[in-house]
Amino acid sequence: MVEIWLIFLLSIMIIASIVAIEVKNKLSAIITLGIVGLGTSLAFLFMQAPDLAIVQFLFEIFAIVILVRAFINPKKHQEEKSGMNKFLAVCTIIVLVLIAWQSLDLLKALPEFGNPKMETAQYYLDNGASETGSANLVTSIILDYRAYDTLGEVTVLFTAILGALAILRVKAGKSEEEEVSK
Amino acid sequence: MKDQHGMTLIVKTITRISVWLILLYGFYIIFHGHLTPGGGFAGGVIIALAFLNYMLAYGRGKTEKWININLLHDLESASAILFLIVGIIGIALSGTFLANWITSGKLFSLFSSGTIPILNIIIGIKVCAGLFFVVWTLSIFHIEEEAD
Repeated sequence: MVEIWLIFLLSIMIIASIVAIEVKNKLSAIITLGIVGLGTSLAFLFMQAPDLAIVQFLFEIFAIVILVRAFINPKKHQEEKSGMNKFLAVCTIIVLVLIAWQSLDLLKALPEFGNPKMETAQYYLDNGASETGSANLVTSIILDYRAYDTLGEVTVLFTAILGALAILRVKAGKSEEEEVSK
Repeated sequence: MKDQHGMTLIVKTITRISVWLILLYGFYIIFHGHLTPGGGFAGGVIIALAFLNYMLAYGRGKTEKWININLLHDLESASAILFLIVGIIGIALSGTFLANWITSGKLFSLFSSGTIPILNIIIGIKVCAGLFFVVWTLSIFHIEEEAD
């Protein structure tokens, strides 16, 4: 039952991403990109992962606000027509089909949906609540068993924001100085 | 999006009420991160979106009066150090980095599971301040661009 819903969601997401590339209006393209993100969020919900679904949903809203803010100015971003090289397109399709054909055997070796081969997950399920005292098992993993990973995540976020500020502040500061000199 | 003046009266009135509800929901998600789905990351994004909602409705000038931007910047940097301090206290008391050095308490109660709620709150502050700061800087950048 879940698989049918997932296939339905995935086909909608694929259609939306194709529409996002082909549509002319920029605002429509951003909104169709939003459909892809919300589809991912719903897919997480169907696979019983509400933690991931919440974060995905919120970040999709955040990303749409930033994208609209960045790309809504028509003067700064102009369209360029792209000529398609037919020879290259045929080569790409042939290579992709070859890779897909070769990886069919590999897909059969994957573990069944919902039956992981690792034993770590079962250990967390059995002992997570009693060892950490946290009712939400996901939190007990990311902040107790795997807290070191979370520290890395915080560092990545810190560095990314620092980089963004460093780039944007230089431009904003420059024009402020110009205004003062005027 | 006129930044200096904000949106219409209808949007402003609804935002004035709804911002507090969104903030309350964000705090709930952070503080109950070890009991219900969500956690520091999701709650922090919700609080950042509440600030963003206020900024979109009222414009930058009024947001600057409502939120202390410099304090937000300091909190963002301080929370990274606080995370490390919690981990180092774990070395001092239990021997391993980021060990759970508070007793885990009763299952399903608000004050339980040792350091997990503390780390959740720290991550919530970090994500909220960081994401809002990015949007704040982007808006400054945009205004200067329009002035050119």
